[in-house]
Amino acid sequence: MSESTTIWVIIIAMGLGSFGLRYLFLGVIGDREMPEWVLRHLRYTAVAVLPGLVAPLVLWPAATEGQPDPARLAAAAVTLGLGYVTKNVLAAIFGGAATLFLGLYFL
Amino acid sequence: MASYWDRSTFWRGFRDGLPFVLVVGPFGMLFGVVATEAGLPLVQVMSFSIVVIAGAAQFTALQLMADNAPTLVVIASALAVNLRMAMYSASMTPHLGALPAWRRALVAYSLVDQSYALSVMEYEKRPEMTLAQKTSYFAGVIAPVLPNWYLATLVGALVGQSIPDSFALDFAVPITFLAMIGPMLRTKAHIAAAVVSVICALLFAFLPWNLGLIVAGIAGMITGAFVELRTENKDMA
Repeated sequence: MSESTTIWVIIIAMGLGSFGLRYLFLGVIGDREMPEWVLRHLRYTAVAVLPGLVAPLVLWPAATEGQPDPARLAAAAVTLGLGYVTKNVLAAIFGGAATLFLGLYFL
Repeated sequence: MASYWDRSTFWRGFRDGLPFVLVVGPFGMLFGVVATEAGLPLVQVMSFSIVVIAGAAQFTALQLMADNAPTLVVIASALAVNLRMAMYSASMTPHLGALPAWRRALVAYSLVDQSYALSVMEYEKRPEMTLAQKTSYFAGVIAPVLPNWYLATLVGALVGQSIPDSFALDFAVPITFLAMIGPMLRTKAHIAAAVVSVICALLFAFLPWNLGLIVAGIAGMITGAFVELRTENKDMA
């Protein structure tokens, strides 16, 4: 297999696989009723996945070769705090970004 | 044919999705740059972003390809990074499962972190939304995000290595996720789920193929459901 063919195989397999994962429940279950205990767990999907996704990126950023970085830690804290208090996603993003740039400049 | 179009809800979604162009833009551009640097021709760089639309998985695949990992390992690892999409799919099913199959397929194709997180926040905030409104909101969120993901990849591939490191673009993604997590922490159950998720993700970070995140996700969901049940029981007692 040439290198180009290999890359096409990877792209197509990843495309089909990603779509399959995204369609898995939407497609198969559709509008059938799900039991209450399942729904109870699904309500927490977002808060159970996103924090876990972010935590390693915050503590061990690739840009600093995995060393905790004060500017990024401060930006993360400000973003989360602003989002929690104001409930405003945009305000949190801009506050966090401002903290990051100030931090990178001064720290 | 039933209509799933609700104009004002679509535009509300559009407005909410718009700022995420600022995140998806740099991320897509970065992918365009890195993939081109790795020697992929433009048509493959673009195909990646159009067919897969999952930044983290795409970067994982690139990294492993550069390390000359076997093709199957590349595919399996990148898909493992995307396992969370199955959880998103399950979480969207109570809201959008009643759509016709081809519309569900469109939702599935465009189910990414941003469209999922914003939509689920909106559906929880306004439980009275109709199916048409929920669908229109989702479509509104994705409308500015998806085209810009393609476009940003293209720009990155064409512009190449001219984005200075000092822009700290690596942190655009964590910041937007954190900004979305804040407002989601509405109850004790949500906070408990998030805390357990963080602890497990860090404890199990050593697992290969990003499986630590799946452990964290499942543990977080169980925690949330458990705390909710206990809180309810206490209220009834």
